[in-house]
Amino acid sequence: MSTLTTGPAFRLLNYELRDVVRSKWAIGYAIFFLLITDAFFRFSGGGEQVVLSLINVVLILIPLVSLVFGVGYLYNAREFTELMLAQPVRRRDLFLALYGGLVLPLALGFVLGVTLPFAWHGAAAVHAMPLVKLLIAGVLLTASFLAIAILLAVRFDDRVKGLGAALFIWLFLAVVYDGIVLLIAYTFSTYPLETPMLLLTALNPISLARVLLLLSVDVAALLGYTGAAFEKFFGNGIGSVLALSALLLWALIPLFLAYRRFVRKDF
Amino acid sequence: MTASAINIVSAQPVPTPATRPHSIAPILTASGISKRFGKLEVLRDVDITLRRGCVTAVVGPNGSGKTTLIKSLLGLVRPDKGHITFDGSDVGPEDVAYRARIGYMPQSARFPEHLTGREVLAMLRDIRQASQDSIDNSLIDLFALEPELDKPLHTLSGGTRQKLNAASAFLFRPDLIVLDEPTAGLDPVASGVLKDKVDAAMAEDVAGLLTSHIVSELEALADDIVFLMEGRVCFAGSVSELKDRAGQNRLDRAIAHLMTNPHS
Repeated sequence: MSTLTTGPAFRLLNYELRDVVRSKWAIGYAIFFLLITDAFFRFSGGGEQVVLSLINVVLILIPLVSLVFGVGYLYNAREFTELMLAQPVRRRDLFLALYGGLVLPLALGFVLGVTLPFAWHGAAAVHAMPLVKLLIAGVLLTASFLAIAILLAVRFDDRVKGLGAALFIWLFLAVVYDGIVLLIAYTFSTYPLETPMLLLTALNPISLARVLLLLSVDVAALLGYTGAAFEKFFGNGIGSVLALSALLLWALIPLFLAYRRFVRKDF
Repeated sequence: MTASAINIVSAQPVPTPATRPHSIAPILTASGISKRFGKLEVLRDVDITLRRGCVTAVVGPNGSGKTTLIKSLLGLVRPDKGHITFDGSDVGPEDVAYRARIGYMPQSARFPEHLTGREVLAMLRDIRQASQDSIDNSLIDLFALEPELDKPLHTLSGGTRQKLNAASAFLFRPDLIVLDEPTAGLDPVASGVLKDKVDAAMAEDVAGLLTSHIVSELEALADDIVFLMEGRVCFAGSVSELKDRAGQNRLDRAIAHLMTNPHS
């Protein structure tokens, strides 16, 4: 821990954070969540409905902003990255500082932007469980899609390709994937689909987060006939832990792949 | 105000390349550096020695591998083959400490846009954990950068950023200074200040590595020339040896001659 707070990665992170926060993107992002959460409180009923409305915003917006902002920031930081690597800085430390400088402001912006309206509408304590689950899922989605963003930025030297790939991945995971799953469910509706459906869910971080969140607000019936299987699997403690771990893997695996590439890359 | 600053510098008798005492102690030696990007062989078995008190200029046509060579020496590019030693010790792929003794001024540097110049300098100091009094602030004074240091970098002009770049390269009294097209974005007054600074550093036994397409700059600064052509060294030696070899008494003619007849 002491090397973490005084080590070179942390010293770099300090300056990274200042830069990202001053770019006002992260602040605008926090304010957006603040306004939309507050609006949901004013226009819908209680905290439960607010969480439900926020789920869709979280599932669509967090992946999109994390990917686009992450990839864009990393391409802008390319010359800075080169300059830092000409300093006595280990690649591991620079990598952690770049990633941390993105994850911390975006995750914090989301958490504060959602929690504050809950607090001033007096709903934070009443709906603590669904709120905490929403925050955890949002933070994990942020971590996961920023890891994918850093992987893309390291993989493609051309920023147009990198941004294109980011948008393609978002479109695929957020929109197209559900269509494919539906198609499979429809085509093979005479077969027992519980296990394949669980697997398909685990292969998409957005689906994972959606299932986790919908189950937490007790609307599993909305998930249709596979809802029962999900309820059985994710509804209990072990299932939730497994789903959370799968979501965590969605952050760690791309991050590890990006790290390996970053360490060996020619700049 | 910079004009008077220059006078202060040029008032000191600074040795020009021809009068510099040539020391032979190498600070950096690289041998057999090869690098390919896919099918393209960018560097083929390149040897280069950078000596203290000397500016070595890497010249060659566009795409001849100059930038890749510099990046290989700095560890930004991982060579496929080759061996680098810095001040007598081997530099492995995971070594970063030697870079604390190198000042690097890239062709164009973009520091984080929303930081101020002062924060960037503090960051560079933090990275090296250098103390305030070990620092050479002379270029900040000579470029009159002090009033610009509290503005965010994205509000500064390209020339001012390039001055900050130059100042940060000399900040930690490096043993080797690497200048990639250093005066490309600088006005004539600032280029003059920078050239004087390079000369002063050479007098203190610093080694220099330079790339430039500006012949007057090479003429004013370079002691040794390494001529790259399609990733291969086709000449390495002093400026006068280069002129002799090309049979030309002007450096620009000699370089042009080598570019058109690389195997002469």
